Amino acid sequence: MSGKFIHYFDLLDVYVRSSVDVAAFGFPSPQLRFFSLRANMLFFSYFKDLVGREVTVELKNDLAIRGTLHSVDQYLNIKLENTRVVDQDKYPHMLSVRNCFIRGSVVRYVQLPPEGVDIELLHDATRREARGG
Amino acid sequence: MATEEESAVKEPLDLIRLSLDERIYVKLRSDRELRGKLHAYDQHLNMILGDVEEVVTTVEIDDETYEEIVRTTKRTVPFLFVRGDGVILVSPPLRTA
Repeated sequence: MSGKFIHYFDLLDVYVRSSVDVAAFGFPSPQLRFFSLRANMLFFSYFKDLVGREVTVELKNDLAIRGTLHSVDQYLNIKLENTRVVDQDKYPHMLSVRNCFIRGSVVRYVQLPPEGVDIELLHDATRREARGG
Repeated sequence: MATEEESAVKEPLDLIRLSLDERIYVKLRSDRELRGKLHAYDQHLNMILGDVEEVVTTVEIDDETYEEIVRTTKRTVPFLFVRGDGVILVSPPLRTA
């Protein structure tokens, strides 16, 4: 095992992590981008890679909204498009809402599409985060 | 490099790190419980669980007899992101089933 190689790799990691805007480096693969983001940004980066997919967001007041993930920020605030309330009979006043911003703190669950979950990638990113945070 | 560090439990979150890819039990606020495979977590206890079973316990009071009726509602979800602020406790791999 080459100690030098590991050392170099750690340096590279620190260098990338400390960069303010990783996206500006224009990494070609989303996987690289996913791994190279700063510590404690695991779920932020995960949700960023999920943009464009259908998710169901369940709120702490039991309202469940399904829609296309438009964007997400560091607080895990979420913007959904083409939204529909899962239980429309119970919440008819939400019928006309087509786009919405959801404050991260009111989210209880987000149901994820199985094709949007790369288990190996998540495990690696979690171990990395546990080490760094 | 850090093999002895990786297996030791030095701080509470280490226990959860060792539960990665194992089925765990999570107790949440508002009488909710989850059982599922832990795929990711962070220091807030935000988590991604797989093959999740959620059990919601509700207590209703009978109008006439004032008896408490305990109901549990179960459902399963393939993959679930759980926001950490609702988490009360996380218990490592279930020995049974």
